[in-house]
Amino acid sequence: MTMADDKRETVTLTDRQQKARRSRSIAIGIALAVLVVIFYVATIVKFGPSILSRPM
Amino acid sequence: MALVDNARIEETPFRMSEATAGDFFALLKPRVMSLVVFTAFVGLVAAPATINPFLAVVAILAIAIGAGASGALNMWYDADIDAVMTRTADRPVPSGRVTPGEALAFGLVLSALSVMTLGVLVNWLSASLLAFTIFFYAVVYTIWLKRSTPQNIVIGGAAGAFPPVIGWAAATGTVSLESVILFLIIFLWTPPHFWALALFKSGDYERAGVPMMPNVAGAASTRRQIFAYALVLAPVGVLPWYLGYAGAAYGAVAALLGAGFVWYSWKVLLMRDDDSAMKPAKALFAYSLLYLFAVFAAYLADSVAERALGLVGA
Repeated sequence: MTMADDKRETVTLTDRQQKARRSRSIAIGIALAVLVVIFYVATIVKFGPSILSRPM
Repeated sequence: MALVDNARIEETPFRMSEATAGDFFALLKPRVMSLVVFTAFVGLVAAPATINPFLAVVAILAIAIGAGASGALNMWYDADIDAVMTRTADRPVPSGRVTPGEALAFGLVLSALSVMTLGVLVNWLSASLLAFTIFFYAVVYTIWLKRSTPQNIVIGGAAGAFPPVIGWAAATGTVSLESVILFLIIFLWTPPHFWALALFKSGDYERAGVPMMPNVAGAASTRRQIFAYALVLAPVGVLPWYLGYAGAAYGAVAALLGAGFVWYSWKVLLMRDDDSAMKPAKALFAYSLLYLFAVFAAYLADSVAERALGLVGA
């Protein structure tokens, strides 16, 4: 580690920024989860029962 | 000579975002989205084909997100004029809660995601129509027409008229006369709806430099054009019955609603130039929302009833 690294400026988030970031993170998490569920269920719906018949 | 100009880096305003999830949701224009969801739903359910209910929900969701994405792109590009209009000054970008770059990225990502989802899970015709709608609203209307011609919302209105066609295409994989007539109803409804708003908000549009019809052609000409569109819209609303694929009940409801639209437009036509309250224009604006909702609700009820009766008869 160099001297320059020790002295680098870091950002401290204000309460409002932290709250906003948390709200965005939760929304992104929910959106991703919904997307996963949609593609999972839609795959089963589109393939039907044949999705279970595969060579073992 | 330094490779990096330190002074310029320090001058660059670095800003941590304070945008909440709610601010991003507001970028999707939720109120416009609700009308899109409803008209797309009517197109999808009224279509003579069955689609898996789960895929139907996915289709409506994708259409809604796509419409919202085009709203975000619109707010990205229009932030400068939104800032000077009272109706739009508090939108997330002009108020500074969301940066233009964030709005642009949000709109582009959601556009791609909604089109791909619709294409992969439903069909590519509806996905192509959704992509075209987003392009039409964001590029043809927002970037090109809105600031250059008073016919902006006449041509741009096509973007708002596409959702029932996309819903129909999601269910059937085709575009047919029935869905084109649903398109026409919204397309012909848009100019009188927005010009009624523009009449009593003309000061706003003038300040923003947007060439809306009242600012360019004058209030009297706008009132005449509103009435002319109402005269065309009313019979087009009845076409589904006239062409024989909607019942008489729908025909009667659409005819009554159309007569109401002509009546309210007539009141606007008679409005005096010195009428600053502009009550007839405000009344037409409110009625136009009711008209569109009611015509589509009647069409939906008619097609569902017809299908139910068909099942009972079979």
